[in-house]
Order: sequence, then C-alpha cells, then structure tokens
Amino acid sequence: MTLIPIELMPPLMFGGLVLFMLIGYPVAFTLSALGLFFGVVAIEHGFFGPAFLQAIPQRILGVLSNDLLLAIPFFTFMGTILEKCGLAEDMLDSMGQLFGPLRGGLGYSVILVGFILGAITGTVAAQVIVMTLISLPIMMRYKYNMQYATGVLAASGTITQLVPPSLVLVVLADQLGKSVGDMYLGAWGPSILQVLLFVGYTFVLSRIKPEWLPAIPKEHRTLQGWALWKKCLLGIVPCAALIFLVLGTLLMGLATPTEGGAMGAVGALVIAVHRHPQLGQGSRRVFWLGMSAAGVGVIIGIFAFKSLAFQLACALLYIAIVWLLVRAAVIADLRDLIKKAYESTARLTAMVVFILIGSSCFSVVFQGVNGGPWLEHMLTGLPGGVWGFLIFVNLFIFFIAFFLDFFEIVFIIVPLIAPVAKILLAPIVGEDAALVWFGVMLCVNLQTSFMHPPFGFALFYMRGVAPKEVKSSDIYWGALPFVGLQLILVALVIAFPRQVTMFLDDPVTLDLNKIRIELEGDNPDPNAVKVPGSDDRKDDANNNDLMKSLGGKSDDKSAEPSKEDAAADDLMKALGGKSDAPIKADTKPDGKADGKAAPAKGKSKEELASEEIEKALRGEK
Amino acid sequence: MRALLKLTRLIDALNKRVGYLANWAVLLSCLISAGNAMMRYAFDMSSNAWLEIQWYLFAGVVLLGAAYTFKMNEHVRVDILYTLLSDRGKKWLDLIGTVVFLIPVCVVIAYMSWPVFTDAWIGHEMSSNAGGLVRWPFKILLPIGFTLVALQGISEIIKRAAALHGDISLDTHYERPVQ
Repeated sequence: MTLIPIELMPPLMFGGLVLFMLIGYPVAFTLSALGLFFGVVAIEHGFFGPAFLQAIPQRILGVLSNDLLLAIPFFTFMGTILEKCGLAEDMLDSMGQLFGPLRGGLGYSVILVGFILGAITGTVAAQVIVMTLISLPIMMRYKYNMQYATGVLAASGTITQLVPPSLVLVVLADQLGKSVGDMYLGAWGPSILQVLLFVGYTFVLSRIKPEWLPAIPKEHRTLQGWALWKKCLLGIVPCAALIFLVLGTLLMGLATPTEGGAMGAVGALVIAVHRHPQLGQGSRRVFWLGMSAAGVGVIIGIFAFKSLAFQLACALLYIAIVWLLVRAAVIADLRDLIKKAYESTARLTAMVVFILIGSSCFSVVFQGVNGGPWLEHMLTGLPGGVWGFLIFVNLFIFFIAFFLDFFEIVFIIVPLIAPVAKILLAPIVGEDAALVWFGVMLCVNLQTSFMHPPFGFALFYMRGVAPKEVKSSDIYWGALPFVGLQLILVALVIAFPRQVTMFLDDPVTLDLNKIRIELEGDNPDPNAVKVPGSDDRKDDANNNDLMKSLGGKSDDKSAEPSKEDAAADDLMKALGGKSDAPIKADTKPDGKADGKAAPAKGKSKEELASEEIEKALRGEK
Repeated sequence: MRALLKLTRLIDALNKRVGYLANWAVLLSCLISAGNAMMRYAFDMSSNAWLEIQWYLFAGVVLLGAAYTFKMNEHVRVDILYTLLSDRGKKWLDLIGTVVFLIPVCVVIAYMSWPVFTDAWIGHEMSSNAGGLVRWPFKILLPIGFTLVALQGISEIIKRAAALHGDISLDTHYERPVQ
C-alpha cells in the first residue's frame, strides 16, 4: 500500500519533529517515539525492511560504548567540585585587587578569571553562579553601572563554552566525527579573540563613560605588594596544574580527552581537600610531599622518561593522591560535596545521553527515508551559495537556541546539517579543516544561547543568585551588548577561517606511524588516507555518526565489489551500525553477533540485503 | 486506587535504589579512568579490561539513572509552551505524553534489545580486544534500563491520574537542568 510517497516522508518527519518537540514533553522520548512511529510507517510502505529498526538497539549500544561521551560526566563532576571548593572566590578576590586601581579593573578581572576557569572546566552554571556571588556585590559597592556589571559577569561565565576543554567542543567533535584535539586547537584562536573583544569593549566603555566603571580607591584595597601577588599565585598555580592535567596531557598525547577529564576531576578533588580547613597537619604534609614528588617527577621525566627514578616519584605522588582522596571521604563536609556532585552528575548524564538515544532513533529512520538528500537539496539550494548557507545556518542556530539548549542542538540539528557543511566548506579551507571550522563557528554561536534575554541560562542563574535590588531588566539589557559582541565574533570566524585553521596540523605532514587506512561511508575515495589525532578514538566517534551509516550513500558502487559482497556489507551496516569499516585492530564483533537477531519472518537474509542495497542506490539518485 | 498508589511507591523506591547504583557508577568510572591513565603514564600498566569497564559503568550511569531522572522530572523539555500551561494542563500533558510516547518507546526498545542480550549470553560473546571483558553484562543493561523507565512511566501515569482525580497532590514544578 502506498498512501504516502517517499518524497513526503522527510518533510513530514521534520514537521513532526518541530511540532511535537514544542508541546513540551521530554525531548528524548518524543524524538524516539517519532522515530519509531515513522519507522513503522516506512516499513508498512516498504521504504525499507524491518532490519532497519532492528538496528536501533545496536545504535544505542554504540552510543553507550562511546569513549568521548564519557567526558560528559567527568567534566560535569569536575565543574561541580570546583564550583564549591573556593578556588574561584580567591582568584576573583585577588585579581580584583590587582586590577582594581584601573578604571574598569573589576571588569578585566572578571573576564580574565572567566577565561582561566574556562580553561579548566566547561560548565557555565558553576562559573556564572560563583562569579556573580563574589563579584557582583563588589561591583555594586563601587557603583559600577548595573547593566555593564551583570552583562560582563554573564558573558565571562559563558567564555568557558568556547575555551578548551569545553564540553560543547567535545560533543561537537563527536557528532562531526573530528578529533577532539583538532577542535581544541581550532577553538583557541576565537576564544582569545573573544577575550580581546570583551576587554576592548570594557576599555572603550571606561573611556567613554568613566563613571560607569570606576577604579577602586587605594585605601579600599586590603592587600598590597607581595601579599597580593602571593594570593594571585595561590589561585593561579593550582589552576595551571589542572590545565596541564586536562589539556597538557592531551596535547602531549599522554591521555585521551576523556581521561583528561577524569584526571581533572581527581585533581579538583585534591584541591578541594587541600583547601579544606579541617584537613590535619599530617595530611597537609602528605599533600606537599606528593606535590614535590610531582615536581621532581616532571624534571626527571624531561630527561629520563619512565626511568626508575621517575616511576618512584610517580608512585609517591599517586600514594599521596590516594591518601588525600581517603581523607576527603572522611571529612563530612567534603563527603557531602562529593555525594551531591556525583548525584547531579548522574542525572545530567542520563538526561543528556537519552537525548542522543532519542535523536539516534529519529535519525536512523530519517536517513532511511532519504531525509539526508532532502535536507542537502534544501540547504544547497539556498541563494548565495556557501555564504548563504553559512549565514542561514548561523541565523537558524541563533534563533533556535532561544528554545533548545546546546545538547539538543548538537545532537539533533548538527548531525542533519554536518554532511552538507562538509561538502560546501571543503573547497574553502580543505577537507580536513572544514568541519572543525564549522564546529567552532557553531560553538561560538551556541554561546549566545546562554545570554539571550529572557531565556538565556546564564541570565537565569544570575537572577537566581543576584541580590534583590538588581533589576531583571538590568540583567536583560546588560546582556545585549555582549550578545552583539558575540555575533561580531561569529562574523569574524566566518570571514577569517584562518584563525581556526592555523593551529591545525598541515595535512601534508604525515606521521607514518599513525597512518591508518579507513573506508568511510561518505568518502568518495575509498582509500582515503587519514591521519588521526594522536589523542582520540576516532573510530568510536564515527560509530556514532548517524549520517554515514544509514544515509543510504554507499561508495560500494565505486569500488565495484560483487553484488553479494556489497549486499552483505550493507546489511552489516544496517545491523551493526558501523559504517566506516576501518582496518583496525579493535573491530568489535557486535555486528556479527547480533546479525542473527535481524532476519525477519518470511524473508531470507539475501532478500533483505538486496532490499537494503536497492534502497542505498535509490538514495544515491 | 490505593493498590495502584502502593504500586507507584514500590516502583519509585525501586528506581531510587537503582539510581544510587548509577550515582556510584559516576564516581567509580571517574576514578578508574583517572587511575588507568596515571598507571599507564608512569608504569606502562594498562589493560583493555580497565578501559572497557569504564564504558560499562557509563552505560550503567545512563540506563540505570534514566528512570530516577524521569521521576525527578529532569529530562529536558522544550518549555516555551509548557510553562504557559496550568497545573492541570501540565499533568494532562505528562499523562498523555507518557502513554503515547514514553511507554511504547521503552517497551519496543526493551523488546528489541532482549535478543541482543540473549545472543551475547548464549554465544559467550567476548570483547575482541585482548584482555577484554565478557559482553553480556553490558548488553543486559539495555533491556533492564528501558524496562525500568517504562515502569517509572506507569508510576508517573498513576500519580498524574490520581492527582487529576484529586486523590493526591503532586508538584509539577519543572526547571531546566543545570549545565
């Protein structure tokens, strides 16, 4: 029976997506229900075989065995611990005193601290709340203009979204199939530019309206000279250590981004223990012993990595860390803090990954009914070519960010537009850099979603903790200039892709040890040579890439294998959800083992397989 | 009605306990991941088992924590229209949404994922990585997790219905989760 022509399926699904998400039921379940419903409709109409839906459990397992997504709980956990351990307070206090004598000095200090905290972790909520609690009362005391004060606080809290190691960049890397390391490298340029924009705005404002951003009178500063510098250093040194743990280990190829997050979380715990007043003298000695061991270890490591002396130093450090963690579990305050942190982390993780599960269900079916080509056709048909596309997509994301948060946008919208972006942007910055550029651009854009009045998260958190006399209208109006600066930054990223791509490796320099040959689902050249980032598990990231596996695009044609081979391959794709069949050591046997579950009543495997290939070919045209 | 409400209490208690497991899995996976990286860094000691146990735990966080997250009303919504609804309206929407969206989805996915587990169980499926783990504990989480969410759905339906009927009072307060 044919009631609905296949051409109508994608627009129907897309319309359903918009309509049903708007009614306000939890997105994860709405999406999966829509996916399953249209899946059943499509099977009834014979658009694809039942095997397509059988692929869903496998997709979900693929999502759950994704290393990169593990970074979500780790970074969240770390952010929650850091928020409560008092590091930010000390830094804001000392930086405020350092910059205080300047006009607009408190503004500079907030931006700088926002940047430093952003380089440690990636949670906006923690940052906005802490900075508002500490700095807003001080700014009010010295008669800062209220709109500027609230605006700069909210904006600086969101810097963390862009500065590596940001969670947005990690999930974007996952969805775009790029390495996290590349995304981080690409994001440095724009994030520094962003800080300069904020600082520049503050500077200009302090010249035009000096009474808005007064300097702090000398007699009000409690710390001076060496004492002040000492306090600044006490704040910065632990931050630097954490930045090394999270980012440095990644850059040096010692740890994956996920492990960096986990080590950062442990580091944050150690800092929290160390700063706690109830920690005994003995434990403090253990802390310093561990730190000196770390220092010595680093020095030895430079000359003789993995020598016995180095291992000894590490062993000492690890024992100290374990000891401090045990102490943390004993001190009641800290135990409560840790408990609260992992409870909220567990719920946030479940919520976020369920969105991804829902969007997987939806995308499997959407791609199965040729939704990919449909969207591609619409987006490439925009007037103005590439620039028209970029402007349209950015405006679209900007407005949709009023309603959706970044996880929803990254998991639902980005996989739909990424393949088109790759095709359109590759001629400008090159195949490898195209999606990194696009991802960073989206990341800058998504940052505005935290500052849109009146729904922006940052403003919402700020309202929650700001003193009563701060008017909501001040918070809203104050955010607007910074949203404007942010849009300028988006325009700059679009206009000058070089700021993103200049840090990326030159694709010509190949490290022969790292070359792997991968067969990618959407790559016209089946023998494309790829250089994976030294840090991350591209394979796992790709498992997740919905577009590739079920997009109905297969390059089997170009390789011209025998029909059986191609058909079997295609079936495997549908079942195992592994599109790219990289020649790699750790190919998991999941697809094989679960293939048994799939063949449906009345149809042999071959029949099913040929159906799938027909489908794939149709998708090609 | 009283029997039904008793059932909801039972389900809520069950999912709360299971939720504890998910909480612990966060801490455990974090410590294992950091420990694994540190040991590899200094002593070249690492094994695939330790890597794999991390994503087993991650799957535990997600699938075992989802039902409790649902009970706490922390699955994210698009709340522009939702916030405009009256208290009764919200309850109706949740009731219908759970019946139409959540329960069918969870039942279907739990049903479809059962053979995935039994295959792994019968075939003694092992990780193909050297020193990897046996696969079924990971795969059984899928049917368990979705069944638990479906159960929680039933509990929420009963609670919403009872609240609409006036038997109990229920707080429908929704706040977008903190990020």
